[in-house]
Amino acid sequence: MKAYEKIVEKLIIVCAIISTISVVLITVFIFRSGLPILMNYGVIDFIFGTNWSPTNGNYGILPLIAGTLSVTLGALIIGVPMGIASAIILSEILPGKVARVFKSAIELLAGIPSVVYGFFGLIVLVPAIRTFILPIVQLVVPKATTTGFSIFAGAIILAIMILPTIVSISENSIKAVPREFREASLALGANKMETIVRVIIPAAKSGIIASIILGMGRAIGETMAVILITGNMPKIPGGPLDSVATLTGTIAMEMGYADATHQQALFAVGIILFMIIMLLNAIAQISAHGLRGNN
Amino acid sequence: MENASTKFEIDKLNLFYGSFQALIDIDMTIYTNKITALIGPSGCGKSTFIRTLNRMNDLILGVKTTGLVKFDEMDIYAVDYDVINLRKKVGMVFQKPNPFPKTIFENIVYGPKVHGEKNRDKLQEIVEKTLKEVALWEEVKDRLHKPALGLSGGQQQRLCIARCLAVEPEVILMDEPTSALDPVATSKIESLLEELVEKYTIVIVTHNMQQAGRVSDYTSFFLSGKVLETDKTEIIFSNPTNKKTEEYITGRFG
Ligand SMILES: Nc1ncnc2c1ncn2[C@@H]1O[C@H](COP(=O)(O)OP(=O)(O)OP(=O)(O)O)[C@@H](O)[C@H]1O
Ligand SMILES: [Mg+2]
Repeated sequence: MKAYEKIVEKLIIVCAIISTISVVLITVFIFRSGLPILMNYGVIDFIFGTNWSPTNGNYGILPLIAGTLSVTLGALIIGVPMGIASAIILSEILPGKVARVFKSAIELLAGIPSVVYGFFGLIVLVPAIRTFILPIVQLVVPKATTTGFSIFAGAIILAIMILPTIVSISENSIKAVPREFREASLALGANKMETIVRVIIPAAKSGIIASIILGMGRAIGETMAVILITGNMPKIPGGPLDSVATLTGTIAMEMGYADATHQQALFAVGIILFMIIMLLNAIAQISAHGLRGNN
Repeated sequence: MENASTKFEIDKLNLFYGSFQALIDIDMTIYTNKITALIGPSGCGKSTFIRTLNRMNDLILGVKTTGLVKFDEMDIYAVDYDVINLRKKVGMVFQKPNPFPKTIFENIVYGPKVHGEKNRDKLQEIVEKTLKEVALWEEVKDRLHKPALGLSGGQQQRLCIARCLAVEPEVILMDEPTSALDPVATSKIESLLEELVEKYTIVIVTHNMQQAGRVSDYTSFFLSGKVLETDKTEIIFSNPTNKKTEEYITGRFG
């Protein structure tokens, strides 16, 4: 038994080392490939430049950053309330059997390849926005136009894609809230909804926050679905019905035909993507800590 | 003591968990401003019984209750009975201290807030008053806004009692409130009970015969889902009618 445990321990250490090394290697590679152009072109010009036209030697990625952030934000606005509400309904309201059916349905969403989501968006959502949503918007803003390829379309699809992550992690953390807390609340004369809102959600909040962070990571990193439905226009958007290009989408679309400098620029986009995700994680962790400290 | 008024009148109460009958034809009277102790061996239905008094068993799937439980003359299992209101008037303290993962202050004001109290000064007043009632004020007054889970077990249990008092109940149900506590914390809670009974009606489940003997006015002995004997505590402990009661109290089985 002892020897067996030792071997397992060694194996685990080896695995940990391999994954750490991979992360380091990938990071080094991206930075080595992308840093030169960042230096030559100027970090400020690169990040805050509003013109992305690599064929003319313009590498301003602000439109791409705006694209990624707007689509991600949209996905969170739609997906987070839906996801948390579903998690609450699944864990607290529906009877066990029914909940299991719904839960497996939601988990099934995680198994659908992202290109299928993109294709669905392309065939259904994009035309629907053009023919149904646009006329409604035009009642308010007569000058509005859209091809349907838009932030809105991307946000909806990404919201559905991050749903399984948010629902299953939130649901687990809600289920992990000890029964004693519920009983204490109900015994004080609180009803079910008050108990959920005032006791269960606060007690589950670190898990819920984690689910949002993971969902956000997924939304930022998602490439395929987004390429198919956001229009890939590297332009700072003026509204949710505008087309945008995202950081990931641009790398995937352009890597195939990029010349040397352009390729370097795409790696530099990778660096920025990397930093954004690090930054968001840091913010999320700090806020999670801050919230916990308040308790 | 003789003509004490009644708080609960229980008549032919039966309770089923699915097909298993956990309570059989229970008849009992619970008197106002008295401490009623429920004793009996493990699994005899004490917790099940005490949880029928504030309808906490409603939470368990497949529970069926028949018979009559009257609280202040009203049948609490009547279809149109207001359970929320019942639980406001009949508070409960659990076996394991279960403060919310919130501050001491927030724990106590939870009930009042749920029932609509918003005034900050009033809430502050409630916190001070109830913490004084459970003799916890001096120990925690400087850390009201610190997590309740940082208190010791005995302090947590007194906090839970304070949280229950904050709703201004008429009855406090306690299911083995001291079984997770050390002797010092236990004796604090016991002396607390003697003060609380001036204002509240108390029902307490206990496995500790000395405790039942020390604190209660009435004692009911449960066995296999039935109440074998119920009487004034002195009588149960000095001169029980039922042989089983005597054997249990003297520790010959259980
Ligand atoms: N949720 C439940 N579902 C099914 N049976 C239950 C449930 N809760 C309790 N029982 C059963 O009902 C009977 C009475 O249980 P109860 O918890 O009321 O006993 P108790 O007198 O409080 O025991 P203890 O002194 O150990 O706390 C036991 O046989 C128990 O197994
Ligand atoms: Mg019990």
